[in-house]
Amino acid sequence: MSILMTLRIALKALGRNKMRTALTMLGMIIGVGAVITMVALGKGAQSTIEEQVKAAGTNLININSGNFSQGGVRMGGGNATTLTKEDAEALREVPGVQYVAAGVSSRAQLIAGNQNWQSQIQGTDVELPLIRNWPTKYGGFFTPQDVAAAGKVCVLGQTVAETLYGPDVDPTGQIIRVKNQPFKVIGVMASKGTSGMGGDQDDTVFAPYTTVQKKLQGIQHINNITVSASTPETQPVAAAITQVLRQRHKLVGTDPDDFMVRTQEEMASVRTETTRTMTTLLAAIAGVSLLVGGIGIMNIMLVSVTERTREIGLRMAIGARGKDVLLQFLVEAIVLSLVGGMFGIALGFGLSAAAERFLQWPTSIPPNAIGMAFGFAAATGVFFGFYPAKKAAGLDPIEALRFE
Amino acid sequence: MPVISVRNLVKTYHVGEVTVRALRGADLDVEAGEFVSVTGPSGSGKSTLMHILGCLDRPTSGQYILDGKDVSRMSKDELALVRNRKIGFVFQGFNLLSRTSALDNVELPLLYNGASKLRSAQRHKRAMDSLNAVGLTERAHHYPNQLSGGQQQRVAIARALVTEPTILLADEPTGNLDTRTSIEVMDIFQRLNIERGITILLITHEVDIAEYGTRIVRFRDGRIQVNEPIAHRRNAAHELAALPPAEELPENGSGDEVPVEHMGGVV
Repeated sequence: MSILMTLRIALKALGRNKMRTALTMLGMIIGVGAVITMVALGKGAQSTIEEQVKAAGTNLININSGNFSQGGVRMGGGNATTLTKEDAEALREVPGVQYVAAGVSSRAQLIAGNQNWQSQIQGTDVELPLIRNWPTKYGGFFTPQDVAAAGKVCVLGQTVAETLYGPDVDPTGQIIRVKNQPFKVIGVMASKGTSGMGGDQDDTVFAPYTTVQKKLQGIQHINNITVSASTPETQPVAAAITQVLRQRHKLVGTDPDDFMVRTQEEMASVRTETTRTMTTLLAAIAGVSLLVGGIGIMNIMLVSVTERTREIGLRMAIGARGKDVLLQFLVEAIVLSLVGGMFGIALGFGLSAAAERFLQWPTSIPPNAIGMAFGFAAATGVFFGFYPAKKAAGLDPIEALRFE
Repeated sequence: MPVISVRNLVKTYHVGEVTVRALRGADLDVEAGEFVSVTGPSGSGKSTLMHILGCLDRPTSGQYILDGKDVSRMSKDELALVRNRKIGFVFQGFNLLSRTSALDNVELPLLYNGASKLRSAQRHKRAMDSLNAVGLTERAHHYPNQLSGGQQQRVAIARALVTEPTILLADEPTGNLDTRTSIEVMDIFQRLNIERGITILLITHEVDIAEYGTRIVRFRDGRIQVNEPIAHRRNAAHELAALPPAEELPENGSGDEVPVEHMGGVV
C-alpha cells in the first residue's frame, strides 16, 4: 500500500474521532509551543548580550595599567605609570593585531555657552572608531595631525552633545571649555547605547590622547591601550600582547604583571554563559511537557488499537500485512504529533510575540529551532507510536475478529 | 483439479495447560464452482477448518493445496496476499468499518492489492460494480448505521467480491438475519455461484440454510463425518418469489428504517 494511501486512511481514522484527536494534539501543541517560547526568550536575552558585546567592538582587547606598589603599599589597579605610548606602538607589530589606540582618561566639567556638564574625557587615538565600530553622526573624528600636534579638538558623545546643545543640533565648529581651555568640537559620535555593564557609553568626550596627557593631566604615561584583533580569536593575540609587554617592562620569572589584558570575549562570556544555562534549563522544563504530550499520544494510540481490534482483524483478513497495519498506526501517531507540532510552532511564535509586546522581553526564534521542534515532534510520534503500532501489527487476525 | 485440496489436516491449540485438538486429520476436496455447506456442532472443528482454508491460520500438520499451490507453509505476508487475491470473506457480524461509507468499505481490499496499483477512479468503479452486483448502488454513500442488517451483509459481500476472488468463505452469514433477509443473502450466494462460477464454502449450523449448497460436509470431533451431495437443493430465487411482498422490510422501506439488532456487527 502506498504511503499516500496510508496517510489518507490515517486522516480518515483521526477524523472519525475529532474531539479525541484534538485533545491528543493539544498535548503536543503545548509541548512544542513551550519549547519554542522558552528557546525564543532565552535566545532573545542571549542575542541582546551579543549585540552589546558587538556594539562595544568585536575582537576587542583592553590593556589597562596595573597595580602600582611602592614599599609594600599597593595602590590598586590602574595606578601604575609604566604603560607608555611606545608600548602602544610596539603592539602594532604583534601578529594578529589590527588597530591600536593609546588611551588616557580624565574627568572634567564641560562648559558650552550657559550650559555645563561633567563627563569623562577619553584621550584616545585616531583608530578608535574602527576598533569600537563606532561611526560619527556629525562631523568627523580627529586626524593623526591632531594627535601629533596635541590639538585642542574634541568629539562629543551623543549624551554630552544633547545635554549641552539640545537634541538634533549639530554642534560642529562650536567651542567648549574644558578646565578653562577652549576645545573645538569637530564631531559628534553616533549613539552607542548602554554598555554590557549598564553604563551610558554616550556620556563621554573624545580628544587626542596627547592633548589629554599634556593639556589636561600633565602626565607622560598612558592609562590604557585598546586593541582590535584581526580575527575573533582574541585569546592567542592577548597572550602575545602579554609576552611583548612583559618583555618591554623587563618583568622576568615570577614578577607579577604591571598591566591587565582582558578580551571582550572574557568580559562577555560570563553573562552569555549565564543566559545559555537559563535557556537550556527553560527548554529542558518545556521538553518535559513535550514528553508528556508524547505519552498522551502513546496512551491514545493504545486505546485506539484496543478499540479497533476488530477493524485490525478485518483489515488483515482482507489482505493487510503486518507491516501495513504497523504503518497505518505509526502514520496516525506521526500525523498527530506533526500537526500538533505545527500548531505548537504557531503557538510558540504567538507567545514569543506576546512576550515581546507586553513584557518588553526581546525574543528571537532561531530558524533551526523550528526545524528542531518539527523533528522532535516527528520523533515523538515515531517513538511513542511505535509500541502501539507494533502491538496492532502483532495481533492474530482470528483473535482480533472475535474480539468483543 | 480441485480448487481446494486438504490432506490429513491437524490443528492443535494450547490453551494454558489444556491441549485442544481442533482438527484430527481432515481430508477434503472442493472442485471449482461447488457450493459446499459446512455444518457441525460448535467445537467440532468447522471454524478451525475455515480459518485454515481462509489462510488466516496455518495447520499444525497436514497439507493444504489452494489453486495448485501449497499454502500450508507460506509466510504470513504471502498468506495476506492470498487472502486478498483469491479469497473473499463474509462474516456473521458483517465487520464493516463504522463511520465509513458503503463504497469506502467495499473499496478497502483494493487498498491492500499490492501489485496492481489501481488509480482511485478505477478502484471506485470496481467498488461500484461490486455494490451493483448485490443491488446496493443507491446506498453507496450510506454509512453502515444507516443500513439494515441485510443491507450491511450485502455490503460485506460486495467487499468480498471486489478483488474478484475464486473462493468465497462465509462464516455464519445469516446468523444475525431474519428468515426473509437470510433467503435474500442466500439468493445472492446462489447467483454468484451459478452465474460467476465462484466456489463457495458456507459455514452454518442451520440445516435449512445448508441446503442451499450443492454438497454438505458435517464435522464431528475434529473429523469429517458426512460428506455427500445435497439431493434436493433449495432455490432461494423461487422461495423469494413465493413469499408475500415485504412492505415492512427495512432495505426496501423509505424512511421508516427499523434499527436492526446486530451483535457488535459494526467495528
